[in-house]
Amino acid sequence: MTSTGTTAGAAGSGRTADGLPVTRAEYCVIGCAEAWRGNGEVLASPMGGAIPAIGARLARLTFSPDLLLTDGEALLMGDVPAVGSPSEVTEGWLPYRRHLELVASGKRHVMMGASQLDRHGNQNISCIGDWSRPARQLLGVRGAPVNTLNNPTSYWVPKHSPRVFVEKVDMVCGVGYDRAAAAGPSATRFHRIPRVVSDLGVFDFETPDRSMRPASLHPGVTADQVASATGFPLTIPDEVPRTREPTPEELRLIREVIDPRGLRDREVRP
Amino acid sequence: MSDKTMTAEEAVGRLGSGMTVGIGGWGSRRKPMALVRALLRSEVTDLTVVSCGGPDVGLLAAAGRIRKLVAPFATLDSVPLEPHFRAARQRGAFELMELDEAMFMWGLTAAAHRLPFLPVRAGLGSDVMRVNPGLRTVTSPYEDGEELVAVPALRLDAALVHLNRADIHGNGQYLGPDPYFDDLFCSAAEHAYVSCERIVATEEFTKAGGPQTLVVQRHSVAGVVKAPNGAHFASCAPDYERDEPFQKHYVASAGDPEAWRAFTERFLSGGESAYQSAVQAWHEEQR
Repeated sequence: MTSTGTTAGAAGSGRTADGLPVTRAEYCVIGCAEAWRGNGEVLASPMGGAIPAIGARLARLTFSPDLLLTDGEALLMGDVPAVGSPSEVTEGWLPYRRHLELVASGKRHVMMGASQLDRHGNQNISCIGDWSRPARQLLGVRGAPVNTLNNPTSYWVPKHSPRVFVEKVDMVCGVGYDRAAAAGPSATRFHRIPRVVSDLGVFDFETPDRSMRPASLHPGVTADQVASATGFPLTIPDEVPRTREPTPEELRLIREVIDPRGLRDREVRP
Repeated sequence: MSDKTMTAEEAVGRLGSGMTVGIGGWGSRRKPMALVRALLRSEVTDLTVVSCGGPDVGLLAAAGRIRKLVAPFATLDSVPLEPHFRAARQRGAFELMELDEAMFMWGLTAAAHRLPFLPVRAGLGSDVMRVNPGLRTVTSPYEDGEELVAVPALRLDAALVHLNRADIHGNGQYLGPDPYFDDLFCSAAEHAYVSCERIVATEEFTKAGGPQTLVVQRHSVAGVVKAPNGAHFASCAPDYERDEPFQKHYVASAGDPEAWRAFTERFLSGGESAYQSAVQAWHEEQR
């Protein structure tokens, strides 16, 4: 939960046969899984944590059965093991070089993490502070520039806060809508940020100026809570949809098949 | 055919201060750590290091050997942030050419193909263009007229890579899941040095894996170094996994000057066999 959270994670109406309420982490899984709905036969690359990985596996086991998934290294999985368990069926080989080729082909939808993210979807994972001598060095740009210009790139933020959702990122790694537009048609040609999922809601950029807006808030989350946890002004319409309830079968898959060890609860506390 | 076997000291003896050195592997995976440790024992410094960084970058940065780093990241995989890389960046210890992973790959490919650059879409709109003001764009001469980034060739004076097997002539074989960019590093370099877990007779290669596992060929290799456990503490699948407890010890030590002095004293003050024995003794203490 965020510091502004006033409700428990269990807030929805969805319940399994055993009666356990749907947790915030499970709404997050649904928010992530929905990113890959209708994507067809593309690689789903969940990179920002356990919850995107659970979401991608749920999508593959339910409404997006043609998705390709990797084992986190160079193998394409022919099965859908629980997160943290080894895959036993290999359907293909995807070493880094071929992975980068796949990125350039656009047949991939990645969900990356973000140390900072601004209203236009610019993302930073490189460093905090002045790049020439950062206050905090992080990973480096990695593949964020190539990802954002070539294949759909969504983001996962497990703890929605003003430290992550900032007015201006310190180093643009993943390219946002404003920066892509300024860079010209080669940059915008394949650029798309379908959604941002956080522990508070799902966000998109379907606005006239391509700035971030809430697409749905998770049950139990208030508009004020989201506004105060976001470091830039966020327009929240009066009628914001709620993130949908998981179906009983989806809950069973999440709890018993994909994440029986409950890694999701370590990422977003119940 | 010539016998190119040499010691790690001999390989490093062919390097000079101020050189551009490419280091194979990826993060904390199949890094030529025995060669890096030999480099630490030498006087060679003022290096431009080109690497998908892991503990190689960390150790060289801690020892002050890097003048400039060319990299898309530095990480220890199971530990996301490389502590010495981080500290070195935060004290402004070296110049950085921070590139996207695809830009990095095409830069090595351009060098391997003897091209001045290769065009890529990656980088446009990102701050990679801001922090590397020397990067230029190029306009497609065809009807599309697209403007793309011209990634300059990353030419290397030398490359250091670690493979599972090699023969004495410089043919190298990887048996893990990913060749990373090791063959590109060798092809982009004036001289490449391959360390390996085991030196085998050439006819042994295809018993261990199909011909596509023979990722490095002798025409691009100047020296072969036998270095069992030579990627330690990085992984070298399938020969061994990453030494996670020791990597944690490295990270913990790196965070404190006293502890780091003790770490270098204990593990890095002698030769490679002293290192391996010290690691073994450390593991026995942990039991």
